[in-house]
Amino acid sequence: MKRLLISLLAVCALAAWGSEGGPPLDHFPKERVTDVAALQNGAKLFVNYCLNCHAASAMRYNRLTDPAVGLTEEQIKGNLLFAAEKVGETMTVALHAKQGKEWFGAAPPDLSLVARSRSGGDGSGADYLYTYLRAFYRDDTKVTGWNNLVFPSVAMPHVMWELQGQQRAVFVERPDPHDPKSTAHAFDHFEPITAGTLSKTEYDAAVADLVAYLQWMAEPAQNQRVRIGVWVLLFLGLFTVVAWRMNAAFWKDVK
Amino acid sequence: MAEMKEAPAGAPIGVKLMTWLDNRFPTMFVEYRKHMSEYYAPKNFNVWYFFGSLAMLVLVIQIVTGIFLTMHYKPDAANAFASVEYIMRDVPGGWIIRYMHSTGASAFFIVVYLHMYRGLIYGSYRKPRELVWIFGCAIFLCLMAEAFFGYLLPWGQMSYWGAQVIVNLFAAVPFIGPDLALLIRGDYVVGDATLNRFFAFHVIAVPLVLIGLVVAHILALHDVGSNNPDGVEIKAKKDARGIPLDGVPFHPYYTAHDTLGVSVFLIIFCAVMFFAPELGGYFLEYNNFIPADPLKTPPHIAPVWYFTPYYTILRATTDPMVNALCVIVALAALFNLVRGKASMAARVGLLIAAVVLIALMKYFDAKFWGVVLMGGAVMILFFLPWLDHSPVKSIRYRPGWHKLVFALFVVAFLILGYQGTQPAAPSGSLLERVSQLCTLIYFAFFLLMPWWSRLGTFRPVPDRVTFAGH
Repeated sequence: MKRLLISLLAVCALAAWGSEGGPPLDHFPKERVTDVAALQNGAKLFVNYCLNCHAASAMRYNRLTDPAVGLTEEQIKGNLLFAAEKVGETMTVALHAKQGKEWFGAAPPDLSLVARSRSGGDGSGADYLYTYLRAFYRDDTKVTGWNNLVFPSVAMPHVMWELQGQQRAVFVERPDPHDPKSTAHAFDHFEPITAGTLSKTEYDAAVADLVAYLQWMAEPAQNQRVRIGVWVLLFLGLFTVVAWRMNAAFWKDVK
Repeated sequence: MAEMKEAPAGAPIGVKLMTWLDNRFPTMFVEYRKHMSEYYAPKNFNVWYFFGSLAMLVLVIQIVTGIFLTMHYKPDAANAFASVEYIMRDVPGGWIIRYMHSTGASAFFIVVYLHMYRGLIYGSYRKPRELVWIFGCAIFLCLMAEAFFGYLLPWGQMSYWGAQVIVNLFAAVPFIGPDLALLIRGDYVVGDATLNRFFAFHVIAVPLVLIGLVVAHILALHDVGSNNPDGVEIKAKKDARGIPLDGVPFHPYYTAHDTLGVSVFLIIFCAVMFFAPELGGYFLEYNNFIPADPLKTPPHIAPVWYFTPYYTILRATTDPMVNALCVIVALAALFNLVRGKASMAARVGLLIAAVVLIALMKYFDAKFWGVVLMGGAVMILFFLPWLDHSPVKSIRYRPGWHKLVFALFVVAFLILGYQGTQPAAPSGSLLERVSQLCTLIYFAFFLLMPWWSRLGTFRPVPDRVTFAGH
């Protein structure tokens, strides 16, 4: 049995060794998903920066009146909508998928569920987005002039560059951990070229707000889900005690 | 016409109502006694015996939530994905219904796998319960079909490409394969026609068969009576009234007992449903939050976790594996020729059959044999009642090393399952060899059972069940 367990562990270890990818993802500050101010700021950033090319076709504007975000319909109409749009509509864009493909080389994907679909072995979808949106760097070999550490050769240019400023990625040659004879081209750090309108801390916070919004938008019921779940489990815990005592009462005579 | 019964004068209204019903629909009372209040189940059921009633509970959850989901779901390639998100966002309570259904799908397989394993370790398929087991295996097959059809419906990337891969397996069948795959898809690629017919199968065709089989499973069980962890027939020892000495009426004893089981199960079920409905990508795969795109193949297509042991068996069947199987078949036939106890003609006949089988194995593609092994891994379960030749039913009275054989089987099954969730192992790698070894262990467990199950020193089985009062 012990030998079996050891071989099982060996299989798992081998499997873990086999899967590795890009740079490690930064951790998205999770508490922002329950922070009303962060979600409001994130919604604003999303509408201003993302919603020109990317749609969120599953998301209705008036869902922003959800207590999690807490906007009023007037605020939505006044700040987030163009004149022709109705507050009950979903977040669509005028950009046609075909145009997107012609202009960028790839149609900008719908972002309704991006925080869920980007999850994986390396981290949550929010971790991915939080790292991705902070990992653009100048690369003149690319058509857009931008590249991304998390998504190499991404078709999207750095839309928020005025906020973050421009940065350059510094790569170094490191010994390859798998092949001692060769070296690997590895990322070392970012180096600012020009400053943005936000400081590094402010930019990180802005991206965190935006990602909090994307995370919330991927499943608007998520905070409610956890709240209800606590009550459900409390009830079931209590019910289990009742069921346990009832069962014991019936079975006490069975010898 | 039978004589009308009379409620005593001045009886309470409830008694009068029951008498009224009994005169008009006595079947109700007869069946209630037969299956509930006078169905005597062994009193020594342990924790393994919860999973039958839990499977029933999950079936009900799936049917009820499924009915509500169809009220807003659109089986249309252009609208299916968006309609699921509509349920998740705009339908009041829709997300609860959807998560119950998606968590229920995985929960169904968990409880059914545990329920089957219970049958395995306590010999619940042995005479006279062969048909109970066979109906159960048919239920398992239906369940797999139900899960496969249902998984296409959200129309995400994994839905689409998973269906594409599995339908293409049928194309590996010699001669009729491509036409068969076309017939299943209804199109040359998975498309709107496929979605519509899978919807029809998922919501009505398979559930009808499934419910019929569940009824047959339970009726057959109640005809022969339940097995128990000791593998003792409780009907062998009855009291003066003909009631098994070790039996207790199903109601109220096991209804109370199962209520406790249901309650604990629901705690786990709800913990997943409310706090981790994706369960790390195992219950809801991350890729399935991207709408199906026929032009973009995902880098890694994996079936949902409950299919992965069988998927690994499919992937493990490469050319070297087929060669190894040829050698095993040849050795078995030769061994039988030299040492077998059957008549010379039968032994030579088996040898010729083995030669033909080896020729076929080399003639057809390894992929086809992978499909055969994958299907065979499920179909072999049907034959279990006739493979097990152990003199005792329950693992409790088997030799100690039999428990190790069971443990080896479980470990092999879990490794197969784990590997199916991972990208395919490189050809010829150690990982691939491990999956091939586990495949061989899986089949050897069943195919060699007629021999190993009767070897060793068995402990005496008691006359009565072992039970300590509460």
